[in-house]
Amino acid sequence: MSDELVLEMRGIRKEFPGVVANDDVSLDVRPGEVHALLGENGAGKSTLMNILYGLYKPDAGEIRIKGKPVSFGSASDAIQAGIGMVHQHFMLIPVMTVAENVVLGTEPVRDRVLLDETAAERRVADMAKTFKFAVDPGALVQDIGVGQQQRVEIMKALYRNADILILDEPTAVLTPQEALDLFEILRTLRHEGVSIVFITHKLGEVLEIADRITVLRRGKTIETVSREGATEQSLARAMVGRDVLLRVEKPPAEVGDILLEVEDLWVSDDRGIEKVRGVSLEVRSGEIVGIAGVDGNGQTELIEALTGLRRAERGVTRVGGRELHHASTREVLDAGLGHIPEDRQRRGLVLEFSLAENVALHDYGRPPDSKWGWLFPKRLIERARRLIEEFDVRGGGPLTPAGALSGGNQQKIVAAREISRDPRALIAAQPTRGLDVGAIEYLHRRLVTERDEGRAILLVSLELDEILSLSDRILVLYEGEIVGKHSGAASEEQIGFEMVGLKNEAPAA
Amino acid sequence: MTEPKKDIVESPEQAASTGTLAARLSLSQRAGGVAVPVATVMLAFLIGGLVVLATGHNPLDAYHDIFDGAGLNWIFHPTTSTQTTAAYNLSQTLLQSATLILTGLAVAFAFRCGMFNIGGQGQYFVGLIVANWLGVSFSGMSPLPHILIAIIGATLAGAAWAGIAGVLKATTGAHEVISTIMLNYIALYTATWLFGDGGPLQNSTQPTVPVSNPIASSAQLPVIWGTIGFQGLDIGFLIAIAALVVFWALINRTTLGYEVRAVGFNPEAAAYGGINVKKNLVRAMAISGAFAGLAGAIDMLGYLYQYGSLDVAVSQVGFIGIAVALLGRNTALGVFLGSLIFGGLIYGTTQGLSSNVIQPELATNLTYIIQGLVVLFIGADILILYVWNSRKRLRRQSPPQAPAKAAVY
Repeated sequence: MSDELVLEMRGIRKEFPGVVANDDVSLDVRPGEVHALLGENGAGKSTLMNILYGLYKPDAGEIRIKGKPVSFGSASDAIQAGIGMVHQHFMLIPVMTVAENVVLGTEPVRDRVLLDETAAERRVADMAKTFKFAVDPGALVQDIGVGQQQRVEIMKALYRNADILILDEPTAVLTPQEALDLFEILRTLRHEGVSIVFITHKLGEVLEIADRITVLRRGKTIETVSREGATEQSLARAMVGRDVLLRVEKPPAEVGDILLEVEDLWVSDDRGIEKVRGVSLEVRSGEIVGIAGVDGNGQTELIEALTGLRRAERGVTRVGGRELHHASTREVLDAGLGHIPEDRQRRGLVLEFSLAENVALHDYGRPPDSKWGWLFPKRLIERARRLIEEFDVRGGGPLTPAGALSGGNQQKIVAAREISRDPRALIAAQPTRGLDVGAIEYLHRRLVTERDEGRAILLVSLELDEILSLSDRILVLYEGEIVGKHSGAASEEQIGFEMVGLKNEAPAA
Repeated sequence: MTEPKKDIVESPEQAASTGTLAARLSLSQRAGGVAVPVATVMLAFLIGGLVVLATGHNPLDAYHDIFDGAGLNWIFHPTTSTQTTAAYNLSQTLLQSATLILTGLAVAFAFRCGMFNIGGQGQYFVGLIVANWLGVSFSGMSPLPHILIAIIGATLAGAAWAGIAGVLKATTGAHEVISTIMLNYIALYTATWLFGDGGPLQNSTQPTVPVSNPIASSAQLPVIWGTIGFQGLDIGFLIAIAALVVFWALINRTTLGYEVRAVGFNPEAAAYGGINVKKNLVRAMAISGAFAGLAGAIDMLGYLYQYGSLDVAVSQVGFIGIAVALLGRNTALGVFLGSLIFGGLIYGTTQGLSSNVIQPELATNLTYIIQGLVVLFIGADILILYVWNSRKRLRRQSPPQAPAKAAVY
């Protein structure tokens, strides 16, 4: 294997308003290697790959392909340069055959206008043979399995002469057996000289297939290591980070009564798959309980069930001692549960509404906001003005549409609304996602203040740093179950292992 | 180039949310202001003028005569010789406008809740039927209770009719556009049967004429401008104006309107806020239908008095209400202005236009041409903004090299 690099990305920076998605990220890929790009959700993997594929323009940094500097204006430039990408969601036409899908756009033609189907099928069959893909070129895409569809996507890229193949979490949609088959194919491709960038957050796969591994965390390159010498433990440590980046000053918790209690909660998602499996927890007055976990392990369903947005299959919730059973959102609100939702733009705010109207989202139906169904806009405006000042919301007044504010200020308005309702318990889901440091600091301080006021706070976050710096107790959620409980000085490493499902370590005390 | 704010949001779901009708509409509202409706009207009249030109007539003369036919010369260039005719024409224009205000509000209210009520025509028929039935029954009652009974009955009937589409949407997810269109046909054929030969509401004196009985004089609305026997302007116009005020207050000053708007803009946030989204869908459809049912009532009690199966076949006021609402951007003031334009067009093109200025066959149809163009342009306005935004999305997400372009979908 030569030392010449097929792909170099140096000092890549990409900033979205309020968020630095990539900050001085570097990645280099050798010919014929499988290079894993490892990181938590939001670590910047997808942004980096979208830059490589020409979908985003980097703010700074340099990309070289086979030593030549390139600048991609679009995905077609990237394809031209030999880069292929297989997305998590396939982009195939179900009613067309495998061969038709593969050649689409660069079809072999006969008689000038007609698709030469035999030629297409022959070429695709040749390719399938070379790379040992077990795919029937004549089969309709809708009739073949997900694993095979993925192979069609890979063939599409190869047909366009890609020698750098980006796979975005390719095993997320596969069964374990299909994943093994995929790895077999990747080994063949590697043997044929194709370089592969493999995006994932699953450690086991990385050690199975990757030659080298680059770890991203919070938009930065943490390290690039060879598989030799790497262990699940060392990778997990690099991935979730050991140093707490944001320190929050907080006095020791003075806990009181249990204000939020969950007993044996079972929740299914829209497709009927059990996402929360027998979760029990309690949050006391004056403490912050953090739920750590990788995205998709049941956090969303847990929160939705607690807040009445989703019906639990089984289980009991108590807020301030009041038992809630299949309660509506309204009943949950009335029991004294506040909720900072994980997606403020989709759920937390009506972006077209003014701040005054948004502030009234829970209470518009009762005095002083309204009486006998008649709304008093002046009172809404008055309250909004007060909260805007108290929570230091910038960028608009009571009549400004919420959509016109920056993310941080939008989140402050959500927090202002929830906290000003004086809830006994508060669920804060991803309260600082996508915010800049200033806003993060403000919200963190505020959550601690509210804790000290005697509220029970349940913090759900994908950012382990946030969980570690704010929580008095930490629960780890993995595949819908609480797999770890920690209090006091929690071991970050241990939590990190539990988050990715490693159970071989003895549980911490 | 700076990318617009929408494009920097974190989640793909966010981008998808621009796909809803209400979101697109609100987008176009923010982008267009009043310029778009004004431009739309001008462009529609311009193209309508080209059609007139194509038939060998001078569009300016045609529009001038339509203007006078609508009675607008009563206000703008009064002359003593034409003043009586002009006054009458204007009263007829306002009579048309009153109906369109209500059918326009029927579309606008549902729109504010994120739904497209195409069923105004059917809800209007239901209102007409019930108003006729109640107006014919109870003869000998004193006028006030009789009128109230007929109006309330017709309004509730319209609400119930539209409510069916709301219930279907809330319970089964059936799209309101489809169900209201189907309900239109049911209402249309029911009306044809009821008023037709041998139908239950057909008149008892002339068994071969497919027309209903006239309502009792006690159910006739008082006339405020003109003469009662000569289709004067009745208090239905004032009822329609009052409905505009009710619409405005309901939307902007009540908790009901707050819920309607929240659901219309963002159902997920509304649910998070504690609002019952399904209840609001049903209720908003019912209120929409109430406006259209009321339109049927004031027409029946105000000046039609009786109705025939042939009238059923040609009535278009429910559909023109769509153009009125779209043009008026679903606001009370906008609906009022839109209804004046279309009321003027409807009456102005039907009354005594000389064949020297416009082809007689074209006259009434010019209204429908302009109506169609208005809907098309307003729709295109949303469409253009939508395409503009999805073009940006596509550029960011997919591999748009020629081969891959088709594969995106």
